[in-house]
Amino acid sequence: MIKFQNISKSYGHSIVLDDISFEIKQGEFVVLIGPSGCGKTTTLKTINRLIEPNKGKIFINGKDITKVNPVELRRTIGYVIQQIGLFPNMTVEQNIAVVPKLLKYPKPKWQEIVHNLLELVDMPYEEFAHKYPSELSGGQQQRIGVLRALAASPPIVLMDEPFGALDPITRDSLQEEVKHLQKKLKKTIVFVTHDMEEALRMADTIVFMNRGKIIQMASPEELLQNPADPIIKSFMGRHMENENNAPKLLAEDFMRTKVLKVPKTSHTLECIELMSRRDVNSLIVLNDDDTYAGTVTIEAIKAHGKAGREISELLSEDAVTIHRKEDARQAFDKLLASSSNYVIVLNDNRTVAGLITRTSMAKALGEALWGEMKS
Amino acid sequence: MINLWPLILEHMLIVVVATVISIALGVVLGVIAYWVRHVDTVIMWCAEAIQTIPSLALLAMLMIFFGLGNTTIIAGLVLYALLPIVRNTYTGLAGISHHIKDAARGMGMSKLQRLIKIELPLSFPLIFSGIKIAVVNSLSIAVMGVLIGAGGLGYPIYRGVQTRNLERILNGAIPVVLMALIFDYTMSKIEQRLIKRAR
Repeated sequence: MIKFQNISKSYGHSIVLDDISFEIKQGEFVVLIGPSGCGKTTTLKTINRLIEPNKGKIFINGKDITKVNPVELRRTIGYVIQQIGLFPNMTVEQNIAVVPKLLKYPKPKWQEIVHNLLELVDMPYEEFAHKYPSELSGGQQQRIGVLRALAASPPIVLMDEPFGALDPITRDSLQEEVKHLQKKLKKTIVFVTHDMEEALRMADTIVFMNRGKIIQMASPEELLQNPADPIIKSFMGRHMENENNAPKLLAEDFMRTKVLKVPKTSHTLECIELMSRRDVNSLIVLNDDDTYAGTVTIEAIKAHGKAGREISELLSEDAVTIHRKEDARQAFDKLLASSSNYVIVLNDNRTVAGLITRTSMAKALGEALWGEMKS
Repeated sequence: MINLWPLILEHMLIVVVATVISIALGVVLGVIAYWVRHVDTVIMWCAEAIQTIPSLALLAMLMIFFGLGNTTIIAGLVLYALLPIVRNTYTGLAGISHHIKDAARGMGMSKLQRLIKIELPLSFPLIFSGIKIAVVNSLSIAVMGVLIGAGGLGYPIYRGVQTRNLERILNGAIPVVLMALIFDYTMSKIEQRLIKRAR
């Protein structure tokens, strides 16, 4: 769909792009990545002729783009930039409708487009269409920036570090939205970033550039498995370094080992008595061979338990478990995601090693940061 | 006590006509300075040079071309008003964030579309401040018109000077001062609102 043929660009003596050739297929999500000054943004801007190469040709659907009027060409290519670039003098609706209006769509048509697009990102028309960009949050602004690029349904969308200035949470959700939109609308997207994580997450194909040359063009998996050049490794390494430098924390580092355990054969009344004595509302239940069987909660006993019966009938297996050697981060994620306030840590032989609660987690974190805590 | 109203109206008319012409001319020159490389220094230099000519000398020179009457004072006012308008138009246009310009270009707007839809609206607050300065200046310079046969509030002041009549001088001077203050105040209010709207 987009074909680069021996593209070179230099400013004076500094070479920005050095004889680049590659091809982007229809419907592909291509991410250009590399250290700053590697030529990725320049490559992107040659596609809509914001930058004209000194040598070489670019073809879109077999057509040499230098034969097309640049203004006309740009109207057929969506463009999202890092600093959002919404026009502050226009409302959300006017911003989205810029290209459709340039293409002289009749009013009902572009209004319909604005309605549909805002709906696509869950921003109700009535609420947002007449706001000015300055009244929106950064994430909302960039959503509008993306919609504006999509408004005239261009087959190709160029994105130049669109999420670089956003906070991590907003960035995550926008990445997901864009990926979703791309699949749904079947766009060809060329995306520039310097964030390897973002590239790995979004790309069908990653083009790794350095000093104006393409070092490797491959799928994310391929790039991870067989990086073609040490610089790619170091670039990816930079993103993983943080995790490697810190001593690896495991689930067991965060658990407390004093846990109330009862055999499956114990009776409801003794469990209730134990719970009230120790002021807890659930117990870990063990099988006869001491392996983990499940949990029993006070609610379950109250609702279904009859006096003198074994608790094995009331066993719940919903509690979240984790192996003690697993990454602590996993344990955190599980703990935060689950509705219960503990995660059960198991040994190799499925006996219970301990329990991670929010308190034990906070305490262990405190110790890791400031040394042994007093109480 | 002479009836001042016709004089006030004439004075205003002269200033308004001059301002309208200088806005048209000044914005065009500002845009040219912004669009064409190297021309910006030439235009700015000329506008500043005009400002340094004493008003009496400038009006005398213009009188040779335009003769006596309101036309000459209007021409003079236009020349004086150019600098603030050209300068603010140019700075306003040049000062727009290049991300916004980049986005406009990338959207497929032509140079003229970018100017009309994006760049001029965004620099309007600054252009407006230039216009305000021009108007307030023009109100006082227009008094000089009496020397080259123009109407307006210069007349009572001039007659007052000739007859050493303080009351007459004040008759002309006070309305000029009041007009300048009123214009300055209202236009500043509008200016603040414009700036607020543009963030």
